[in-house]
Amino acid sequence: MNLIECKDLCKEFDGKPVLKNVNLKIESGRIIGLLGKNGAGKTTLIKIINDLLTPTSGEVLIEGKKPGVESKAVISYLPERTYLNPDMTPGQAISFFHDFYSDFDTERAERLLQDMNLDKNQKISKMSKGMREKLQLLLVMSRDARLYVLDEPLGGVDPATRDYILDTILSNFKEGASILISTHLISDIERILDDVIFIDEGEIALSVSADELRVNENESIDEYFRRYYDVRKTDKI
Amino acid sequence: MNFVFDNDRPIYIQLVEQLEKYIVSGKIGVGERLPSVRELALLTKVNPNTMQKALMELETEKLIYTERTNGKFVTTDQTLIQRHKEKFAEEKTEKYLKDMAELGFGRKEASAYIMNVEGEENEPD
Repeated sequence: MNLIECKDLCKEFDGKPVLKNVNLKIESGRIIGLLGKNGAGKTTLIKIINDLLTPTSGEVLIEGKKPGVESKAVISYLPERTYLNPDMTPGQAISFFHDFYSDFDTERAERLLQDMNLDKNQKISKMSKGMREKLQLLLVMSRDARLYVLDEPLGGVDPATRDYILDTILSNFKEGASILISTHLISDIERILDDVIFIDEGEIALSVSADELRVNENESIDEYFRRYYDVRKTDKI
Repeated sequence: MNFVFDNDRPIYIQLVEQLEKYIVSGKIGVGERLPSVRELALLTKVNPNTMQKALMELETEKLIYTERTNGKFVTTDQTLIQRHKEKFAEEKTEKYLKDMAELGFGRKEASAYIMNVEGEENEPD
């Protein structure tokens, strides 16, 4: 069974289509990049998978079932924006997650906290943007989920920290679990991807294995996407 | 061991090349047991699926073999390792000759340059 399947998925906001007939299948044990420009529909798709938005038509199935309580128990989701209570400390956030998710591994979270040089007792409101992003990622990766959905996990951090975050992602997901990562920072992330899904103006423009794309096009995924948009720009002129 | 990848070629092919190099140079010894796929993936900072694919390729080339339940080992076939080493040497030489040809040097002249290189002989590391 597919981990995620989208069937003719459409989403409109005030009559404006944001996702147009999205058909997708995501298998277990893969790292998938959800790539596309700002406003392409990445976050909308992710929110539907996480049951935060309902589709206008079509459906998403997670392990064969519609999003809901059961799917939330197996998906660990890193939203684009921070949602942690700013008055909490990392230590409190960890015990909050521990109470909330039965698959949360407190030991792993505390180890990552140390690795990332974060202070267990510093208030989240006093942390920098990069520190908050690291904290949020470590909480999300400390669950033993079947699917990790990471919406722009690299946005606010410097390149050295990006590498560290990618390593954290790689070393903390269980065998057989899948990771869906949305980003527009393609060159930073492409080395860890099995598959790429490219979404453009609400449509799936491409869904292919990362190595297949490199062999067929003889260039990096980043170069391919830059070229794709260049061609599109000239088309419009 | 240090692994570096370009983004414009399949990562697993680059992994195969680099692992092959470590095997023929003896940095990963003859008959040595390899770490698990996951450990190797962490070490090289690649996706475990990519590592799995690279190891399968090395297994097809018979440079490594799987002992059921015991893990993966480097071949003990010295002749095979030697053959791969020579293949590397030929490729490097061809590349040098090609670069020199682009500068307008013939094969004889190019090899004369190598013979005339001064300095101590480097111990292979």
